[in-house]
Amino acid sequence: MEKNDAKKKLKLKVSAIKDGTVIDHIPAKSLFEVIAILGLDTIENQITFGTNLESGKLGAKAIIKVSDKFFENDEINKIALIAPHAKLNIIRDYEVAEKKIVEIPQKITGIVKCFNPKCITNHEKITTSFRVINTNPIALKCKYCEKITSEDEIKML
Amino acid sequence: MKKDLISITDFSKEEYLRIMELAADFEANPNQELLKGKVVASLFFEPSTRTRLSFETAINRLGGRIVGFADPDSSSATKGETLHDTIKMVSNYADLIVMRHPLEGAARYAAEVSSVPIINAGDGANQHPTQTLLDMYSILKTQGTLDNLNLFMVGDLKFGRTVHSLLQAMSEFENPIFNFIAPESLQMPRGYKHHLEERGIRYFEHEEFTDIISEADIIYMTRVQKERFSDPIEYEKVKDVYILNKAMLENTKPNVRVLHPLPRVNEIATDVDSSEKAYYFEQALNGVFTREAIISHVMNLK
Repeated sequence: MEKNDAKKKLKLKVSAIKDGTVIDHIPAKSLFEVIAILGLDTIENQITFGTNLESGKLGAKAIIKVSDKFFENDEINKIALIAPHAKLNIIRDYEVAEKKIVEIPQKITGIVKCFNPKCITNHEKITTSFRVINTNPIALKCKYCEKITSEDEIKML
Repeated sequence: MKKDLISITDFSKEEYLRIMELAADFEANPNQELLKGKVVASLFFEPSTRTRLSFETAINRLGGRIVGFADPDSSSATKGETLHDTIKMVSNYADLIVMRHPLEGAARYAAEVSSVPIINAGDGANQHPTQTLLDMYSILKTQGTLDNLNLFMVGDLKFGRTVHSLLQAMSEFENPIFNFIAPESLQMPRGYKHHLEERGIRYFEHEEFTDIISEADIIYMTRVQKERFSDPIEYEKVKDVYILNKAMLENTKPNVRVLHPLPRVNEIATDVDSSEKAYYFEQALNGVFTREAIISHVMNLK
């Protein structure tokens, strides 16, 4: 009983929302990149986020709550590269109506920079394009230079 | 849909064989006016005398006209024109574009922009598919087959794009065996070994360049290229490690042939040149026939 109360209190560190999406289990270091990729820095919805929260799995995690926003799968899968363990709770009237996990798409267009400094995409205005050849750890093969960008080399555009 | 040749893996095994067949046809009869009335753009954003002369000879033997530039200093790229704009413009003028570019992926991008076929004559350290096809033609000519061969690759196997592409192409044929001879710092990258493992193809790695070459059908030598190293000390350490000389060929199989994409520096001693097992100069000549074949294939001339 005591333990549950403590858990509840911890959850309330970031306030609840009525309708919208909660994105949990984001690595704390990736929070601002996730915000940028999802364009949350330019929308008018109410957003609360918490970061450097304790998490057994991730070390330090972050959480984002966006009111009145429901993401399309294509949209949310963009964050899979930097937050592969992210979990989504779709909230309707304060209740979890649906749970989703992110999935790494087979093809990544834009978003990621090719790690190869001699790749043409780093010299001309070209939308990058990668085939995902491995998911754990992530490995991306550039459509242009054919070099493989590995998980720890991934940089967002 | 237009046909390009950007990466060796763009072609199927059937297409490799088709190119081989056409190359033999051009070798028997090099002057065939299939490109008469056509204009070919030869765009060398990075100088490469050997590859350019080979292509331009092939185009001339096919009766085509050539426009273009041999080095970037005489192109509009020095004025800051983007590759996109150069290709857009040239593809309106010419019927085919042959291009060499120092940046990797440049040819793939050009193929997306261009309305006419693109043949990649080398994009940085990435691909040089016409070299691979002429290597295959040389192997076929000297061995009579592309199946059941024991291929030794020597030297810079890490940065050498020719060995990477040749490995990919030859792994399409029956039962090849690969032997890689390289110093630790220049070994065949993991990804290519994985490519072989997936196909159940045998390969062996060696650091010593010894009499193990007695099993070889093909010895493919490579140059350790200074420009591929970011650290000059690392280059000095490995540049003279693997040198082939005539004495080393004594106990090799009679059918073995030594290939090299050229130019060589010192990795093949000049006394090898007089050996009947040396094949690198003929290999270069095969490049003209193979490029005639590739041009005919992508432009559906034959």
